[in-house]
Amino acid sequence: MWVGAGDGAHPPVRKGSLVVNTLLDNLDIFVKHFGTTLVLFAWSAVFSLILGTIVAAMRVSPVPIMRAVGTVYVNTVRNTPLTLVMMFFALGYPQLGLPKLDYTVLAIIALTLYTATYVAETLRSGINTVPLGQAEAARAIGLTFGQSLGQIILPQAMRAVVPPMFNVLIALLKNTTIAAGFSVLEAGAIRAFLSERGEPALVVLLWVAAIFVVLVLLLSLLQRYFEKKWRVA
Amino acid sequence: MSTAPGGRADGSANVVSVKGVNKHYGPLHVLKDINLAVGKGEVVVVLGPSGSGKSTMCRTINRLETIDEGEIRVDGELLPQEGKALAKLRAEVGMVFQSFNLFANKTILQNVTLGPQKVRGMGKQEAESVALDLLAKVGVANQKDKLPSQLSGGQQQRVAIARALAMRPKVMLFDEPTSALDPEMINEVLDTMISLAKEGMTMIVVTHEMGFARKAADRIIFMADGQIVEESTPEEFFTNPRTERAKDFLSKLITH
Repeated sequence: MWVGAGDGAHPPVRKGSLVVNTLLDNLDIFVKHFGTTLVLFAWSAVFSLILGTIVAAMRVSPVPIMRAVGTVYVNTVRNTPLTLVMMFFALGYPQLGLPKLDYTVLAIIALTLYTATYVAETLRSGINTVPLGQAEAARAIGLTFGQSLGQIILPQAMRAVVPPMFNVLIALLKNTTIAAGFSVLEAGAIRAFLSERGEPALVVLLWVAAIFVVLVLLLSLLQRYFEKKWRVA
Repeated sequence: MSTAPGGRADGSANVVSVKGVNKHYGPLHVLKDINLAVGKGEVVVVLGPSGSGKSTMCRTINRLETIDEGEIRVDGELLPQEGKALAKLRAEVGMVFQSFNLFANKTILQNVTLGPQKVRGMGKQEAESVALDLLAKVGVANQKDKLPSQLSGGQQQRVAIARALAMRPKVMLFDEPTSALDPEMINEVLDTMISLAKEGMTMIVVTHEMGFARKAADRIIFMADGQIVEESTPEEFFTNPRTERAKDFLSKLITH
C-alpha cells in the first residue's frame, strides 16, 4: 500500500508495515527528539523576535551610536554561517571560563543571535513601507521615539512583515537541525540514533522530513491567520 | 530691502522667535538668514512660489527639519536637540500637514486621544471627552469610530486639526493644509482655520490660498529663494507690494 505494487516477490502489505513500523516502533525517539526540536524552536523564536525588534529599533534610532552598534551586529552575525556561530557556542564558549551552560541552552543562544539579525532586517524593511508622514505626525504631537515606534510605526509595519517574517521562522525551524552536530538530541539526530537500532536510514529520513513538512504547514496556517488579522482596512 | 530682522522685535512676548536661521541641502542654500517673530494670538501667513523655502521654514519650528545655523525659540525656550526634551517641546507646537498624516492604524477618536493620553498622561475618559468636543467643533464627531482611510480628504484634515488642538498647543503650524484637497473640500478646512484664528490661536500658515490670507492674516510673510523678501499687512501686500519679486508673484496669480 505504501510502496507501489509490482515489485515481485515481496507482498506490498509487508513492506507497507515496515515503513509504518519504522515510525511506530521508535515513537519514543521521534517524540523525544522532535520535542527537543520544538523546544529549540520555540525559545529561539521568542528570543530572536524580542532581540530582533530591539536591533531593528536601534537601526532606525535617531542616535548615531545605536545605529552603528545595530549595523555592526547585523553585518557580522548575519554574514557568519550558522554552523560557525553554533560551533563557537558549543566548542568555544566552554573554554571561556564563563558559567557552564547546557548544550541545549547554548544552541538556543546561537540560534537566537543568528536569527535575530534576520528578524531585525525583516522588521526594518517593514518599517520602510510605512510612509514618513506617519512618523512625522507622531513626533509632531510629542510622542517619543519609542512611543512612535510602538504605537504607530510597528503596528503598520506588521502587515507588510508577516510573510517574510514567517520565512525567517520557517528557516529557524529547519536550522535547529544543525544543533544535532553539537550533541543536542533533536530531530536532526534521529537518523544516527535509529541506525544503531538497525532501522533503514532512508525510511527514517523520509519520516523526519514528513514531520518537518507538517510542522512548517502549521506555521503557514499561523501565517495565514496573522495576514487576515492585520489586513489593511 | 525688507523689514527689520526679527519682525516685531518686542522681546519676551513672542510665542515663536526665529533668529539668523540658515539651512543647506548640500550645495543648495534653502533658508537664508531667516528672522521671524510671532506674537501671542497672531496669525502669520507665509506666501511664496514653490521652492521658496516656506514649508522648510515652517518645519524647522518643531524641528522636523534641522537647521545649520541660528536659533529658534518657542515660548522663550530654545528648541532642544533630540530626545525627551524635544518631544516635550513638540507637544506645545501643533502641526497640520499637507497630506493629513492621520495615524492609519487608529480610529478617528484614537487619533485625537493618543497625544493627550501618552504625552500629557490624561486619563482615557477625560481624553475621550476632550476629543469628542474637538471633533464636534470641526464637524466630524459622527465619524469617530471609522479609520482615516474611510474619510474624505477634507474630513481627514479637520480631524488632523482636532488632533493637534487636543494637545492645547501654544502655536499651530499649517504646512499647506489645503494643497492636497479637492476644490470643494478646501472651504470646509479654511472655515475651521478661520474660526480658530478668531478664537485667538497663534498660527503660522503656509498656503497658496490668497482668500484666506486676506481674510485671516494679521501679517503676510513673502518668501522667495530661501529668503523673507517682504513682510507687511495683507492689505498692504495685496494692493501695494513693495518688491519686484512680490509684484511678479501676485501678477501671476491674477492672470491665471
